[in-house]
Amino acid sequence: MENSQILTYLLFTPIIGAVIILFMKESQAVLIRIFGLLISLFAFAVSLYPYFNFDYTNPDFQFIHKVLWVESLDISYHVGADGISVLLILLTTFITPITLLSSWKAIDKKIKLFTMMMLLLEAGMIGVFMALDVFLFYIFWEAMLIPMYFIIGIWGGEQRIYASVKFFIYTMFGSLLMLVAIIWLTVAASKNIGLYTTNLILLYQQAPNIMLDIQKWLFLAFFFSFAVKVPLFPLHTWLPDAHVQAPTAGSVILAGVLLKMGTYGLIRFNLPLFPQSTVEFAPFISILAIIGIIYGALVAMVQTDMKKLVAYSSVSHLGFVVLGIFALTFESVQGAVIQMVNHGLSTGALFLLVGIIYERTHKREIAYYGGIAKLVPLFAIALMFASLSSIGLPGLNGFIGEFLILLGAFQSQVLDSWWYVVFAATGVIFAAVYLLWMYQRVVFGTVTNEKLNTELTDLNAREIIVLVPIFIFIVWIGIYPTTFLDLSEAPVSAILEHVKNYTFNFLYW
Amino acid sequence: MTANTEIFQLLPHLVIGVGIVLSVVIEISTKKSESILPWFTILLLVFAGAHSIINVYDYQILFGGMYAIGGVTAIFNFIFTIGAAIMVLNAVDYIKKSKMNFGEFYILVQSSVLGMMLMAGARDLFMIFIGLELMSICFYVLAGINRTKIGNTEAALKYFLLGAFATGFIVFGIALIYGTAKSTSIDQIVFAYEYFITDVLFLTGLTLFVIGFLFKIAAFPFHMWVPDVYQGAATPVTGLMSTTGKAAAFSVLIIILSAVFTQNITNNFEILFAVIATLSMLYGSIVAIAQDNLKRMLAYSSIAHAGYMTIGLAAGNIESVSGIIFYLTAYAFMNLGAFGVIALIEGSNEENLDINSYAGLNSKSPILAGFMALFMFALAGIPPMAGFFGKYYVFVAAIKADLTWLAIVGVFSSAISVYFYLRVVVYMYFKDSTSSIIIKNSFTGLLAVIISGLLVLVFGILPDTLFSIITSVLSY
Repeated sequence: MENSQILTYLLFTPIIGAVIILFMKESQAVLIRIFGLLISLFAFAVSLYPYFNFDYTNPDFQFIHKVLWVESLDISYHVGADGISVLLILLTTFITPITLLSSWKAIDKKIKLFTMMMLLLEAGMIGVFMALDVFLFYIFWEAMLIPMYFIIGIWGGEQRIYASVKFFIYTMFGSLLMLVAIIWLTVAASKNIGLYTTNLILLYQQAPNIMLDIQKWLFLAFFFSFAVKVPLFPLHTWLPDAHVQAPTAGSVILAGVLLKMGTYGLIRFNLPLFPQSTVEFAPFISILAIIGIIYGALVAMVQTDMKKLVAYSSVSHLGFVVLGIFALTFESVQGAVIQMVNHGLSTGALFLLVGIIYERTHKREIAYYGGIAKLVPLFAIALMFASLSSIGLPGLNGFIGEFLILLGAFQSQVLDSWWYVVFAATGVIFAAVYLLWMYQRVVFGTVTNEKLNTELTDLNAREIIVLVPIFIFIVWIGIYPTTFLDLSEAPVSAILEHVKNYTFNFLYW
Repeated sequence: MTANTEIFQLLPHLVIGVGIVLSVVIEISTKKSESILPWFTILLLVFAGAHSIINVYDYQILFGGMYAIGGVTAIFNFIFTIGAAIMVLNAVDYIKKSKMNFGEFYILVQSSVLGMMLMAGARDLFMIFIGLELMSICFYVLAGINRTKIGNTEAALKYFLLGAFATGFIVFGIALIYGTAKSTSIDQIVFAYEYFITDVLFLTGLTLFVIGFLFKIAAFPFHMWVPDVYQGAATPVTGLMSTTGKAAAFSVLIIILSAVFTQNITNNFEILFAVIATLSMLYGSIVAIAQDNLKRMLAYSSIAHAGYMTIGLAAGNIESVSGIIFYLTAYAFMNLGAFGVIALIEGSNEENLDINSYAGLNSKSPILAGFMALFMFALAGIPPMAGFFGKYYVFVAAIKADLTWLAIVGVFSSAISVYFYLRVVVYMYFKDSTSSIIIKNSFTGLLAVIISGLLVLVFGILPDTLFSIITSVLSY
């Protein structure tokens, strides 16, 4: 399936939508909202095409579209997708209309700018997941910061300016290091191949031959940049601020898709480009991931603010994903990929629910609530559902991912110790503690706060429409994950095979 | 080819030279000169710019090796003329607003552009000096053109004193170079560079010469004049000085060191340039954080940008020349755009320069706020704006020259600089207005901003439009 342009259409759908909105009048707020929603739904429809035409047996990139862009440096507009990309692109196009619909009431000023920013953000994220040129990847990676910065800064909470600037500088710092690494990598590889190229597929062949001393630094620079985005302990401090201050739509996108860019980058760049360093650093990174799992869970447990609790739970959950990636077994990496989607769905749902209740009361403190099950039964059910999915109850999606990761890490020859799994598994228990405890305090008991009687109303039709699609997928992945695991099967085994080839005589395997 | 026909090869220079004389005539002969001169100036500049860029592949050495046209020179001429044209377009209403609507303004701009063009084309040390003086003297006067304002006069005096000091360095350097090389022809100096450079006197002379131009590009530690002059001078004039003036000085540095760039000769100045680049980037970025006056902030940012470009000089390979030229072009348009927005928002008496005046700008003038944000992101080096590619090319050159540490310093400094560029965006978009400033409508001013903005985007999204020209003329 060479030279299909479907991915380009997909990328430009939201961009063109944003440009059209630029010429609409601010006063036509409803029209802008509907148009933005339709564009994002259309993008979702377009993104189904690669899914239905996907060749499951082919581990290489499909739907490739390549146009020479900067001739002098051999930089191309070069996009394509393998199973991992298709999965994450689907997640992006699936989450965006949901967030637009969820912010129908919550965003009440500068709607034009908001809709534009959301669409540009969507385009940036899609671009990151399909770029096959390191330079193009960097452009999308950076360009996507600007809309997110505005979304937090304009429509966020009281501390929004601090949070948005912190978010921007933190991630910018990480990505600039990646820029140096990209240049260094391409220059070093050009000595081997004799021409300067940023083509990722060519670099896959050449990068592992770079001297190990240099490779180590390159690996660390890429890793650092992605670790900020994941965020991996101890680089996570921007996340709680950004999450708490961002509007609901921003939090959902941030948790649902943006954090996945970090873990996607690890799979797409660090593993295949620097296999030797990957194997060498895997134990250390896994330890960081496990510290993140436990630390995130413990900090989440003591939060008094619901949104912050969910934010710290992200740190914990993403730790699992990183552990899965660096355990370097088929099961664990597959688990990591599916867990990226799971986290997007269940944490996205949790943020939506916190946002829904915040819209009514403008309070996020757990102590403010109590006994709301009687007042808002539907909301209580939905929150239960999302919490259980996040905890990893068998039958729901979270279980599949965490189980595969733990299973894979247990068998991992690179880690070669079952202590990793023992410590990581405590994270699952802690997750049950902090989420169920929060649930108990908010939902059960008697109504402690008189004001809640008047403030709270149950989910309305729009909110149900927002939540139901997420819940469908939560159950779907929980019961029949094969639909999604099949997508990433071929590329994951190809990447691991690639890593193995370069490290066979070298280390542990 | 005889001198008679050679002179017509210099059509852009001739047009501007004759234009200066005509402008003087227009100025004294008609009362309506204020409404004719700006358009006349823009016409001349755009013609000269278009002529240069069309004939970019027509590289020739004229007048017995005194002067070159085409090639890199043409690209520099393009930057000077189009940059100055944008600045004049922006200044039309500004100089009316601040009551300094003298015809001399336009004449001085034309003369300074002619000086820059002479610098970029010169292949002889004395030609360089003539061009430099023509440009500098015009700048001294332009900086103080609003003589009733104290800040203006202060700026002009400081600029003049320190500029004269730098000129002294350059002249002394030329004397030493001539004393050892027995020639002022740059081609001869470049040809036997490897031989001359072993001579201590030649090295001293060249170092003094280079230091003189480091003054002009505003690199640390030769930057003392920059903040006061940039703040004190009229805003469009600052825009011109900070962009085209810097480009002209870089054009000389590139020519005089071209032996290093093209012939694989060891770069004696590598450490000097690397240290200066490091200090300029860090000093500029860190001090800019503390500035509340936008012009002063951009002055320090200009020191930092001089540092990024100096990375290219330190790298000393062919990639670095193309990187510097691309960077200069991108910087010219983003900085002219930023100063253009500042000029539009500035009141008639140099007020509204404080960052607080920009609070809530988005709700007052979404177009200006949008463009200002674009320029700030571009200056911060965020893709897909042109500033990013400038940095990218310079960093590529540095890493190819095994100066990875310098690229990393550049990255650190970029990360710092993001803070103060974003601060402007924070005020414009995230804060509510506190003051009741009235923005005077100025169609021409806005047009200048829009043109700069479009150029920043075009060079950012399609960098090859410019970059392919630069690389192909460099392969001569």
